[in-house]
Amino acid sequence: MKVLLSGNEAIARGAYEYGCVFAAAYPGTPSTEILENISQYKEIKCQWSPNEKVATEVAIGASFAGGRALCAMKHVGVNVAADPLMTLSYIGVKGGFIIVSADDPGMHSSQNEQDNRNYAKFAKIPLLEPSDSQEAKDFVGYGFEISEKFDTPVLIRLTTRTSHGKGIVELGDRKEVKVKGFERDFTKYVALPMNARKRRFVVEEREKRLKEYVEKCELNRIEEGKGNIGFITSGISYVHLKEVLPDAPILKLGMPYPLPIEKIKNFVKRFDKVIVVEELDPFLEEQIKAHGIEVYGKEFFPEIGEFSPEVVRNGLYKAGVLKEENKVEVKEKAIPRPPVFCPGCPHLGIFYALKRARAKIVTGDIGCYTLAAIKPFEIMDTCVCMGASIGNAIGMEKVLGSGKGIAAVIGDSTFVHSGITGLIEAVYNKSTITIVISDNSITAMTGGQPDVRTGFNCEGEETKRMDFKELAEAIGVEHVYVVNPINMDDTFKIVKRELEADHLSLIISQAPCVLYPQKVKREKFYVELENCTGCALCSKIGCQAIYRTEEKTEKGHYKWDIDVALCTGCGLCIQLCKFDAIRPISRKGE
Amino acid sequence: MNGKNILLVGVGGQGIVLASEIMSEFFRRVGYDVKKSEVHGMAQRGGIVSSHVKIGEKVYSPMIEKGKADIMLSFEKMETLRWLYYVKPDGVIVSSNVKIVPPIVSTGEFVYPEDVEESILKERPDAKILDIQSALKELGNDKVTNVIMIGALSTMFGFSPEKWLEVIKEAVPKKVVDVNVEAFKKGRSLMGS
Ligand SMILES: Cc1ncc(C[n+]2csc(CCOP(=O)(O)OP(=O)(O)O)c2C)c(N)n1
Repeated sequence: MKVLLSGNEAIARGAYEYGCVFAAAYPGTPSTEILENISQYKEIKCQWSPNEKVATEVAIGASFAGGRALCAMKHVGVNVAADPLMTLSYIGVKGGFIIVSADDPGMHSSQNEQDNRNYAKFAKIPLLEPSDSQEAKDFVGYGFEISEKFDTPVLIRLTTRTSHGKGIVELGDRKEVKVKGFERDFTKYVALPMNARKRRFVVEEREKRLKEYVEKCELNRIEEGKGNIGFITSGISYVHLKEVLPDAPILKLGMPYPLPIEKIKNFVKRFDKVIVVEELDPFLEEQIKAHGIEVYGKEFFPEIGEFSPEVVRNGLYKAGVLKEENKVEVKEKAIPRPPVFCPGCPHLGIFYALKRARAKIVTGDIGCYTLAAIKPFEIMDTCVCMGASIGNAIGMEKVLGSGKGIAAVIGDSTFVHSGITGLIEAVYNKSTITIVISDNSITAMTGGQPDVRTGFNCEGEETKRMDFKELAEAIGVEHVYVVNPINMDDTFKIVKRELEADHLSLIISQAPCVLYPQKVKREKFYVELENCTGCALCSKIGCQAIYRTEEKTEKGHYKWDIDVALCTGCGLCIQLCKFDAIRPISRKGE
Repeated sequence: MNGKNILLVGVGGQGIVLASEIMSEFFRRVGYDVKKSEVHGMAQRGGIVSSHVKIGEKVYSPMIEKGKADIMLSFEKMETLRWLYYVKPDGVIVSSNVKIVPPIVSTGEFVYPEDVEESILKERPDAKILDIQSALKELGNDKVTNVIMIGALSTMFGFSPEKWLEVIKEAVPKKVVDVNVEAFKKGRSLMGS
């Protein structure tokens, strides 16, 4: 049977068909749908972990126990998982082990565009790079086989367009693979220096065997074509190249690490010139050149940003392969639509309080709440990586001499991911900053995956809800306050007092997300326009349901209205209106 | 089998992704190779959405090359203006007349351009601007622009409406099948079919 699948759905399907028994992940665009789809296959146990390191570690455990295991994450997640991954390379696997990295060239929804093919070389592990959904599914099968045959973790690297792009995939049945069970093997599984030193040679030996394997592996194939210029490419770049030059001779590398150097040498010999077409880093190009083989690449193609058919076309034009470039220009005739907080978002209340309390510096973190860095709040001052807000604030305090007025804001999923250690740092090193957990009890940014605050897990079963207050007290934070950001005055008073206090405090601002796990349903509000004085105070909470009308008051101020269709009834704006203009819908027609 | 590049544009929440799913599935069933892509993530928080659907004998890249769209279906009129450059000089442009003002205008920093429809027609006199605003009122459901657009698209291919409706009925929630069937027909009639 054939169906349309995204690359992420195809990875999940591949996990199913090729006997995977366990999968773990931490959400992150563009990787999130991999685990979401795996959770639909009852044959695979799966779980959202608190971060990518833990996801990788549990998947490693599953592999050690002899089951085929997979973990998935976005590119920056591999940085978090790098510690176990680098040593797993030495240890090897028992059941096949695949780590999927979904990279984000062009940074559609990421803080950097690191090229994770480098991790394969860094960790000395095989790399598979599918070009479309069919390959994404098939490569999971190859990945498990290679992993077991060579006793190595395997990295499958996707990019935004292979993850989210859809294509036609032929489905197959599941092949069960027996779980072999764990057998103690001290020299393999215990990475003590004395063992690791020996395993280091095992890795070297393995790379040698892999280098022989890639020369014959069918994933690295030559597509004959016309002309005296040849091309070497992989991943998404392959499909763009095929689109622009359907008849070109191509060496397509489905397994680009380790490189099949003999194959490349023989390929290059046949042409006047060979061009490497690869997105982001010159990963293939540099390695090929290091073997003394003459190829071209980054002199024609950008190292920055995402490839598209036009980027590839224009590179080929530069290289003299094509006579015409794509000169279509973007003309800005429309105004931007920057992302905004949802109407009634619980993050609004806490940022309004921080703004009103005149926080001097607000270090930030990653999540929906990072929107506080842009209009209308413009109050968040930093954003580095998940969990960085707390450490950044502490460092600022140490250099500036005082923690007064310095706040760190972090979401619940991010706090659990890598903020808890920051909190420990704050207590241990006697910080006096104010830490705010803006807790909407879900991972909203990536589409509402449950976390330890949600009350259920990836498979929908009920589970414990972690209590941040108890946790903080156990760590040794003496001033912990739980506030409801909807209660504006209480929240403001506590935020102001704690910002000015000479001690460390943790404010847990708790109210559910308006979208996840389900849309909130509350009585909505409307504006009795006659009463509006145009003071515009309600507009300061940054709710997109509140908009400026064309109507003016006698004094010439624009009146403000609520788009009732958008309103979610949070009740923030009504607390700011002193003129009885904002009212619950039930009062309409009074 | 002629290849076609279909670009769908609009604003988060208008059902663009579902529309492109339905189209892709339809073309797959009638024997085309299909690829499609869009970017998820930040774009969904009230932002710009664009989805590329490519069909043909064999499709490689899931992205439409700039300036190479054969058909653009735009769910919001300012978005039509934004994406005009993506369409071939002889490409087909179908635009909704619906206006969705981004919240950023409340900051006073930007204004929603006034003469959007005139600007579209000035540049592309052959663009079709459909009165979707009235159609939505008539249908009593403001969430069906996507299926109206599928109706409009269906007039550009020779397949029977029933074949399209088959896929649409499977894809939309049971409760709203009827209104979506009406929306599909509306899309066809707006195109004069
Ligand atoms: C290492 C890493 N993993 C994953 C992500 C993707 N990501 C960005 S924010 C976020 C979580 C946001 O959840 P939370 O902190 O609860 O804030 P919310 O979006 O719910 O407001 C995730 C998973 C990332 N940027 N970096």
